[in-house]
Amino acid sequence: MDFFSELCVGGLTRGSIYALIALGYTMVYGIIELINFAHGEIYMIGAFTALIMASVLTMSGMSGISVLILAAVVAVIYSAAYGFTVEKVAYRPLRQAPRLSPLISAIGMSIFLQNYVLIAQTSDFLPFPNLLPELEFLEPYTSFIGSTEFIIIVTTAVIMVLLTILIKFTRMGKAMRATAQDRDMAMLVGVNANRVISNTFIIGSSLAAIGGVLIASHIGRINFYIGFIAGIKAFTAAVLGGIGSIPGAVLGALVLGFTESFGTGYVSSDYEDVFAFVLLILILIFKPSGLLGHTTSQKV
Amino acid sequence: MKTRFINISVFSIIVVISLIFTMPAPLPAADTIKLGVAGSHSGDLASYGIPTVRAAELVARDINARGGILGKKVELLVEDDVCKPEVATNTATKLASKGVHVVLGHICSGATKSAIGIYKEARIIVLSPSATNTELTQSGKYPNFYRTIGYDRNQARLAVDFAIKRLGLKKIAILHDKGDYGKGFAENAKKYISDSKQANVVLFEGVTPGAVDYSAVVQKVRQSGTDAVIYGGYHPEAATIVSQMRKKNMKTLFISDDGVKDNTFIKVAGRYAEGVYATSHKDTSKNPLAIAAIAAHKKTYGTEPGAFFLNGYAGAQALLYAIKNAGSTDYEKVRKALRSHNVETPLGKIKFDNKGDAVGVGFSMYQVQRGVYVEVK
Amino acid sequence: MHATKFMEGLKQSTIIALWFMFLTFPVMAIRVNTIENTIEWRWMNMLYVGCGSFILSFLWRYLAAKKITTKKLFLKDGLDGRPLMQALLGERRLFLPALGIVAVSALLFPFVFSTYQTNIMTTALMYVVLGLGLNIVVGQAGLLNLGYVAFYAAGAYTYALLNYHFGVGFWLALPLGALSATILGILLALPVLRLRGDYLAIVTLGFGEITRIILENWNEFSFGPSGISGIPRPGLFGMEMDIHEATIYLYFLMIILCLITIFVVNRLQNSRIGRALIALREDEIACQAMGIDKTRVKLTAFALGSTWAGLVGVIFAAKTTFINPASFTFLESAMILSIVVLGGMGSITGIIIGAFLLILLPEYLRAFSDYRMLLFGLIMVVMMIYRPQGIITGVRRTYEFHREEK
Repeated sequence: MDFFSELCVGGLTRGSIYALIALGYTMVYGIIELINFAHGEIYMIGAFTALIMASVLTMSGMSGISVLILAAVVAVIYSAAYGFTVEKVAYRPLRQAPRLSPLISAIGMSIFLQNYVLIAQTSDFLPFPNLLPELEFLEPYTSFIGSTEFIIIVTTAVIMVLLTILIKFTRMGKAMRATAQDRDMAMLVGVNANRVISNTFIIGSSLAAIGGVLIASHIGRINFYIGFIAGIKAFTAAVLGGIGSIPGAVLGALVLGFTESFGTGYVSSDYEDVFAFVLLILILIFKPSGLLGHTTSQKV
Repeated sequence: MKTRFINISVFSIIVVISLIFTMPAPLPAADTIKLGVAGSHSGDLASYGIPTVRAAELVARDINARGGILGKKVELLVEDDVCKPEVATNTATKLASKGVHVVLGHICSGATKSAIGIYKEARIIVLSPSATNTELTQSGKYPNFYRTIGYDRNQARLAVDFAIKRLGLKKIAILHDKGDYGKGFAENAKKYISDSKQANVVLFEGVTPGAVDYSAVVQKVRQSGTDAVIYGGYHPEAATIVSQMRKKNMKTLFISDDGVKDNTFIKVAGRYAEGVYATSHKDTSKNPLAIAAIAAHKKTYGTEPGAFFLNGYAGAQALLYAIKNAGSTDYEKVRKALRSHNVETPLGKIKFDNKGDAVGVGFSMYQVQRGVYVEVK
Repeated sequence: MHATKFMEGLKQSTIIALWFMFLTFPVMAIRVNTIENTIEWRWMNMLYVGCGSFILSFLWRYLAAKKITTKKLFLKDGLDGRPLMQALLGERRLFLPALGIVAVSALLFPFVFSTYQTNIMTTALMYVVLGLGLNIVVGQAGLLNLGYVAFYAAGAYTYALLNYHFGVGFWLALPLGALSATILGILLALPVLRLRGDYLAIVTLGFGEITRIILENWNEFSFGPSGISGIPRPGLFGMEMDIHEATIYLYFLMIILCLITIFVVNRLQNSRIGRALIALREDEIACQAMGIDKTRVKLTAFALGSTWAGLVGVIFAAKTTFINPASFTFLESAMILSIVVLGGMGSITGIIIGAFLLILLPEYLRAFSDYRMLLFGLIMVVMMIYRPQGIITGVRRTYEFHREEK
């Protein structure tokens, strides 16, 4: 029983991280139908920025929760900035181009950002200090849920709620939904499509940055390559849940997280990465638009 | 008409320029001893290859300052193979066609395996500071290959002997990082444990480097009821696994390999590193040459040397002094010199056996005690 | 008039420069080493970033403006309304002698240049064939396959394993490797038949990764990360060859394979299957309405494309004599895709040039080896924005009907 509940917690933790990143993918896809390959790198840059900020602050004498808050805020700001810039430079000029062009551009951007961090920093794995506070009330349960896992799960849940409120009840959210549904029509009723798209990128990147900070504290080390792997998994999760659908992304991420956790626990950890893809192929065979996706009919 | 002319001329200029680029570089000035240094100097495995380059640079500088080898200066030809087998074959061909006499490299076992055939046919001696794949020397297929590091099987044997005989462990879980080095170590360990019939392998799993969460594997370790974990791989993953285990109040012992016996491991794992065992080459911290080499590195490059630095240093010295002892760069003579003459290096006084492994470079077991790796006698 | 525009431009560029300095500040100006607990402040980098982005923004604006104007001129470029390269290639007087020069230099190449150069050229030729193979799937059929490397691996491992277990030689392994890749291709095509564009992409990506992971972990089958070594090179009637001769031999083998591929792909473009593929790419539904069996065409596309990858895979195994799963990553697939896209989808000459550029340039620009991948990514982005049709546009054969002069 213990084993099972531990695996559950592990699955939730993984799922939460994947969800934070998957949301970015799904929102961007919903709005401009582009697989933003570089999104994983934004997550990585968020983690790196947090690391740099945290180190600078610690060495200037600060400590404790203020380092965490400050580093996270700075990471979010920077990731948002990177997301915004990438969109403006690499995707906006290609709005009218055939589908393949922005995809290639995205792949190129991903490679560029990876190597940019590699060269500017280092290829080593840099240890990340655990900025998350140790929660005392969890003491008796440490053997199956740690502080970091708890914080990750709770933070993600809170963010989900906030995001849903944003999408459903704010003006910006309405604009985003409108643009995703039909861009030309949205522009006709006065929505500034460019601004909405930029905001989508900004929000998605911020979420990824938070994910980056959390996971870096949890695992304890980062390097320039973590974006790629996490990105692919998160994207798989988004597609799994039905790309373009926000609840779908969260569902897909949780499904993926649990599958991986239980698969590793009960079967074998050798094929850990394979679970994601096999799951994806299975779901897509039986439900080609993903779990919560809509089958869009093609107009002739 | 005019545009056509312009376009054609632009086209031809491009063709000419590309032809210029493909012109082979003129052969370097003759009469130096050419030491090729091949390894991963860029990309994600650069931190394993660059220390060897620096070691070669320091050794060459040292020797040249004292008059060179056989009256000739030592020249370094550094080539990058990014630890990829297909690039390594290109690198090997390049070095061979540039007329290197001996090669220090490659760094990764895979790259070495693909390049060694080329060197063998060109009759060039190769010495690796870090390729631990057992086959490279033990199979006997590559008489031109030498190394200044112990091979996988020996490391595993030491770890297993220590675990069973010294620590008296009965149940052992084996983890690895799915890489060539780590998995090799792990599989050899598994074999030795089952051969010994004195202990059981209760778990054999690979962890995915860079995964988002390791708790599942750690859970499995706990579930298996094991006394200890033997881990094959490098320090980043080892640090994460040990930290997670200790955070969950697991008292499982942790025994690992050379890739973890690194001060970086202690720094990253912090207080969780305490008590961790790791095998590595015999203690060199008191060796005066080692101390001098590390100091020289700090002075020239401003940082502590990285992985395999001392192995690379010893390797460069072994190669160059073998040429000196042989009195020429002739393949057979140098091979003989490597086997017959001892060379003083930071790893101790070494020479090579018939298969190409270094004699005098053995393994020892270390443990982290009070934040420092201490040799366990 | 110009002055205000210039001032405008100046202002914009300054803003851009400041923005980039802000953006790259943490990553570029501060180098942290949490192991040693040191920080390195590199203010000079900020200066470079600032100046660099300032200048580049001017260039960017200029090129962007040009792009808008050239869109209209595109059709007028060159002769008879055809794009320049097509015109050049069409001119018999230019084309034949150029072809002759290329042919002669190709034949003489290995004897003039060193083994190392020949080796590199062989690699470039391998990527040409890979690019042409992927072109069938992506360029002609419009099916985005991001896992092409799986077929490449299939060919290589088929040869390696057959050789290891049964001593199968190179020549026998060639068709067998191609066959296994083809089978794998059909296997991949089956589940993706119903998938649309981007879903197809991610599934193929997953397929590529699954293949690699299986190769890495299933030790009993593939020897895992330690790979398989000692794969023999192709022999010529049992003749023993040393490294130089073997390299030259392999080079000529690749040239022959290249020529065969070019021939086949060319014929394919104008054949019934080829036109069905293009129809599929343009509009799936219209294709079906015209009576073309969508399933069969998709399967054919995948199968054809993967066959070439399998062939090259066998040659790869023979060339490097050692293979392991690390050579077959997603990055390889991405590179082959870039060759197809950069070269111009559907254009054979374009793909050849694309392959040469992408493979040979990094080799010769070794001085920039650290920045190699960086430039690579940058080139991909820039090419897509400023010349998405690729270096040489793929032009389909157009039939013109002229009114008969009475």
